Amino acid sequence: MASQEILREEPRSGSFINDPKVRGIFFQAVVVIVLVALVWWIVQNTIDNLTRLRIASGFGFLRGRAGFDISDSAIAYSSDSTYGRAILVGFINTLIVAVSGIITATIIGFILGVGRLSHNWLIRKICTVYVEVFRNIPPLLVIFFWYSGVLSVLPAPRESINLPFSSFLNQRGFYFPRAVWGEGSWLILVALLLGIAMAWFVARKARQRQMATGQQFPVFWTSAALIIGLPLLAYALSGFPLSFDYPKQSTFNLTGGFQVKPEFLSLYLALSFYTAAFIAEIVRAGIMGVSKGQTEAAGALGLRPGSILRLVVIPQAMRIVIPPLTSQYLNLTKNSSLAIAIGYPDLTATTGTVLNQTGQAIECVLIMMVVYLALSLLTSAIMNVVNARMALVER
Amino acid sequence: MQEHDLSFVRVEMALAQSAPASERGLGAWIRKNLIASTGDTILTIIGIVLVAMILPQLISWALINAQWTGTDRTFCATVAQGGIQPDGWSGACWAFVNAKFGQFMFGRYPIDERWRPILVAILFVALLVPLLIPKVPRKGLNAILFFGALPIVAFILLVGGVFGLPHVETPLWGGLLVTLTLSFVGIAVSLPIGIVLALGRRSKMPIVKMLCVIFIETVRGIPLITVLFMASVMLPLFLPAGVTFDKFLRALIGVSLFAAAYMAEVVRGGLQAIPKGQYEGADSLGLGYWQKMGLIVLPQALKLVIPGIVNTFIGMFKDTSLVSIISMFDLLGVVKQNFSDANWATPQTARSGLVFAAFVFWMFCFGMSRYSMFTERRLDTSYKR
Repeated sequence: MASQEILREEPRSGSFINDPKVRGIFFQAVVVIVLVALVWWIVQNTIDNLTRLRIASGFGFLRGRAGFDISDSAIAYSSDSTYGRAILVGFINTLIVAVSGIITATIIGFILGVGRLSHNWLIRKICTVYVEVFRNIPPLLVIFFWYSGVLSVLPAPRESINLPFSSFLNQRGFYFPRAVWGEGSWLILVALLLGIAMAWFVARKARQRQMATGQQFPVFWTSAALIIGLPLLAYALSGFPLSFDYPKQSTFNLTGGFQVKPEFLSLYLALSFYTAAFIAEIVRAGIMGVSKGQTEAAGALGLRPGSILRLVVIPQAMRIVIPPLTSQYLNLTKNSSLAIAIGYPDLTATTGTVLNQTGQAIECVLIMMVVYLALSLLTSAIMNVVNARMALVER
Repeated sequence: MQEHDLSFVRVEMALAQSAPASERGLGAWIRKNLIASTGDTILTIIGIVLVAMILPQLISWALINAQWTGTDRTFCATVAQGGIQPDGWSGACWAFVNAKFGQFMFGRYPIDERWRPILVAILFVALLVPLLIPKVPRKGLNAILFFGALPIVAFILLVGGVFGLPHVETPLWGGLLVTLTLSFVGIAVSLPIGIVLALGRRSKMPIVKMLCVIFIETVRGIPLITVLFMASVMLPLFLPAGVTFDKFLRALIGVSLFAAAYMAEVVRGGLQAIPKGQYEGADSLGLGYWQKMGLIVLPQALKLVIPGIVNTFIGMFKDTSLVSIISMFDLLGVVKQNFSDANWATPQTARSGLVFAAFVFWMFCFGMSRYSMFTERRLDTSYKR
């Protein structure tokens, strides 16, 4: 009896020091103490440095007068605006570049990715060369190449290159006619929205009918007619309110029209072309990840190649594609900060200028970090929703 | 009954016939690969037009029309621009690259001392090549020399200040020297930190785990430029007054920490791919945590993620070009700096310099990716289904 009790009382042999739980707590305590000490040391140093440099901490400086100009601004801004507004302008510019870059890169990337798997030898090789070249060059270099290698050696405004639709290309950027919306043009917008809504409705009805009866309905053509036709009708009804402001040659510059600055153009082109190479590889991996049996089975059911791609291969490939695609979108957004190298006023560039003027290093870097983190989290959240809709629903 | 037995068994094999003429030769290949269908033919025509538009221009620009030698801008400018080339000329200005080659490689490293980076480069190659070729023996000694002795020797040679070598300050460094130093040190530092972070993220200790997750996700969520900004403007604020850091070192810390976060995620992928039985087997043998990880789990996990690790290396190598933004002169920074040299300013200068830099970057990255493919095949133990 006594021996049993001894056994029960001694479930853990060895000393107290070897207990993993105790060790874990001890180790974490050490980590916390070291970390707190480090943070305290850093905070002390920072406070000392800031008082020495006579910099007041806090975000009050955002209300001060900025005093610098921003070349490219989507909202009203002048040098009399506040620092806060300057940073906001930068943020909007980052968004513009990121969104337009993501759209273009996705389109080019999908074309290239499908091209790399084409049966056509020539197309396959062209796409491979593109991908291998652009994947192995730093994005910053691509940006510089567009900026100093291509766009800045274009002719001066007086000898602008004429492009179709009265657009012009010269050193100062790309000019195209700007649409001037006259009175009653809100009707066109309403018609467009109505067209989209109706197209969606038609698509839904057609789907229900196909599910119920097996009869198909030309959804694509109907939607196209609705989305294009209704606004056109509205345009005619409201008395053709749309006119164009064409860029015109004057002695030294082009006036009128809509100008896309070379900074934006080179950043946008470089980011799109660079990221497209990565997206192409992702798309290729996705399509290759769909087993051949799926294609063959679809063929055996009598589907045409186009339908096989649309109904069988792409839905399954998207599952593989979306997670890495998300991280490429995030990369593109983060790479848009390279704008600072060519002077496009994105978030990093404007915040950097504010930092240099005010010396509020901590606040400015904090703003940058928080905004980029928020953008990253937002993009991931959106893509997670898309992913959840695409993901395999298993039993 | 037996007389009707007319069965015939062929003894010798019939000779294999060659494929039908329509399946052989160039014609069949073209039919199959270029003009299989109408759509295919259209694609081929588009492809040919594309190639015909780009390739001849590229070749004539880079090779035929290029100016290979020259001493100043007149060799690369047209008559209208004050040079010797005919109007409408468009060709690469390799003379510019030629003249600035020393700068592109070493930056403003003193010319008399340039034998030092060259010696380091020779040592680097001499130790790296045998390390990369699987058949060469004495890998252990080689690795110790490469990862242990070479950094010390390289540090002494590059920085100087001892053994009668004049001190060369890091602001004088530049060009490919900076790019390679940054990436080599970044790689060597980020891998161990990344492994520790990955282990920390999978640790059972909540505080350690939380800290690692916060670090990794924060760094991965912000652009490298922000990290470099932080390293260059915030780090001095964090240190006691009077303590200053070398700018080069600050960039190095920024790049390494940035790469470490990405490395941690790659390594974590490998750790997650190791079956639980391996961990439990190690536990049942009585191995401690570090023994279990060091002897059982990590060797397998790292082998699994070699492609990912090399991808991170390639990414980091490309990212080192960003230090040119915080006014350090890596290869790209030096090339860009030389655009403004009045002695060479022509419309072709920027293009030629950038194409040269792009070629150098491309060579290194492409080489790394090909080597990783080779290693992947070699280490493939075909346990895969």
